[in-house]
Amino acid sequence: MQLAVNIVVLAAIYALIACGYVLVYRVSRVLNLAHGELMMLGAYLLVMTAASFSSHWLIAIAAAVGLSLLVGVLVYLFLMRKMTGEMVLAAVLTTVALGILLRGLMVLIWSAQQQYPAQRLEITNFAIALPGGARISLCAAMLVAATALVYGALFAFLRFGRWGLRMRAAGQSPLLAAQRGINLHAVYALAWGLSTLTGALAGILIALDSGLDQTMAIIGLKAFPAALVGGLDSLVGALAGSLIVATAEVLLIHYVDPLLSEVVPFLVLIAMLVVRPWGLFGTREELDRV
Amino acid sequence: MSRRPHASGYFRIGYAQDLALLQSRTERGALAALLAVLALFPFLASAFLLDLANQVLLASIGALALMLLTGYAGQVSLGHAGLMAAGAFTVGILFKELQTPFWLTLPAAALVGALLGVIFGLPSLRLRGLYLAVSTLALHFLVVYLGGEYETKRGFSTGIVIDPPTIGSFAMTSGRTWYFVLGGAAAATLLLCLNLLRAGTGRAWAAIRANETVAEALGIGVAAHKLLAFVISSALAALAGALFAYYRGFVSVEAFSLFLSIQYVAMIIIGGMGSLLGAILGATFVTLFPYGIEAALRALPGAQRYAGALFAVNYAAFGAVMILFLVLEPLGLVGIWRRVQTYFLMWPFKHRPMAGRSR
Repeated sequence: MQLAVNIVVLAAIYALIACGYVLVYRVSRVLNLAHGELMMLGAYLLVMTAASFSSHWLIAIAAAVGLSLLVGVLVYLFLMRKMTGEMVLAAVLTTVALGILLRGLMVLIWSAQQQYPAQRLEITNFAIALPGGARISLCAAMLVAATALVYGALFAFLRFGRWGLRMRAAGQSPLLAAQRGINLHAVYALAWGLSTLTGALAGILIALDSGLDQTMAIIGLKAFPAALVGGLDSLVGALAGSLIVATAEVLLIHYVDPLLSEVVPFLVLIAMLVVRPWGLFGTREELDRV
Repeated sequence: MSRRPHASGYFRIGYAQDLALLQSRTERGALAALLAVLALFPFLASAFLLDLANQVLLASIGALALMLLTGYAGQVSLGHAGLMAAGAFTVGILFKELQTPFWLTLPAAALVGALLGVIFGLPSLRLRGLYLAVSTLALHFLVVYLGGEYETKRGFSTGIVIDPPTIGSFAMTSGRTWYFVLGGAAAATLLLCLNLLRAGTGRAWAAIRANETVAEALGIGVAAHKLLAFVISSALAALAGALFAYYRGFVSVEAFSLFLSIQYVAMIIIGGMGSLLGAILGATFVTLFPYGIEAALRALPGAQRYAGALFAVNYAAFGAVMILFLVLEPLGLVGIWRRVQTYFLMWPFKHRPMAGRSR
């Protein structure tokens, strides 16, 4: 029973992070390898907002999430906009470089020591007993709830929202979308902003649950296989992929070897790339374009 | 690799001349002068400078290997550090388990690298661009995990210590000896690359990079040549890793993080894609960069305060430089070098005449 809870929590973490990869990739065909660092930045922003102007947890979290939306938009406007139309790989490497830059800056500003924003915000992270003898910490429960909420909101937004429609159109065909009067730069900036926002939300909730230090970026990178297994341009796929990767990881750690934690997502990724490189729910065509 | 005539008065009159590595008396003289300087360097330099030079040489071998794969054959790899780790761990494991001498471990490392190259290369038959990069990234984690697993299972959790290689009773410990060994290895790698690139293999790679479908239509075995590129590059990378292990006398997975892979990719981008000179320039730049930052920080007032932040500053500055090159100078250091060259060649004119344009 505890195993099932662990799987759900880990899947929720991966899913919340993976939707950031999916959003950016689906709209602009750029793989954002700095997502882990952006997510960490969101968590550090919470440390900042909590310290500087508000000790109430809701206000602090809202401010941090808002700021990270801004960060995402700024990243697009000042960096990634210059890379549109360049080779796909140059754009990916730019995000890698951005990740390195951000990581260095974060250590400079907030030091490499482990921090516990939960203590500062006076959130007590007690365990909730579930039926069946399993336990789940309050923050982990919040994380699962947040994931459900974010996915619900994203589905509704992409399906019914005006800007969601524009984002889908831009993802399908940038050229046609631009000709129908859609402002591509605004759409891309929005995608980056939303992606950073969801990533920051994930970072904040993980930091509240288990503290915050430099290893968080690795969690971000481990969530990437989840996005790819499901198909890089599919939100449903990200959910399914997260569930698969989390199940494999929890079970293998429990029954085989705890050291495997670092590699399981990548093993699943390799298996998927061999069988179905475009993922469970991804679109196939882009792989074979000449 | 066709090269343009350098000055206005030199034209080739046969295929042999076109293929020759050194084309004029000036080039031969320049090479001799360069070799003389390089040979004298270890007798003049301090131990610190010698260590820097050795690091540059090691990085050059790795960067040349990656340049063959990415810059010429067009196959992206984010798993270069994994291959170097494989080479280093082959040496470490053979040394610890069987006390194998270096003249057996080095070929073994190259062999392991070549085998891994096939494994790294297999996805390239199906995947392109982004997805290929991701698959090599995943393989990198796998190799590093296996190395870490060996370390913990055998009780070397802090790393494996390796004795320096010995010939008879002579142990290779001094920086000067290593300088000549590594210099020889780097020169051999460079020659190998040059020869591969002016032979049919290099032309096949160029065709595959330009357009796979067309290359196939021209009768080039695309799959075989892609795998060949991976095998050669991986074997060289594993050799570089093995030499690194002997040079440091120490093997540990911490040395082969994802950051190292990124550093190698950065070397070939900063140096300039599709140029062997670029690989060497990039390796030099990226290797010396942290030391430059350290020196710059020390020159600032209140140097003590920054000492703790040095690592972070390095990290941030490295990311910033990489972004600057990607956004502002995609051709890298070689691009800058060519512009300067053209400026002086054309002087007092500003532009190449249209008819003589080769790029």
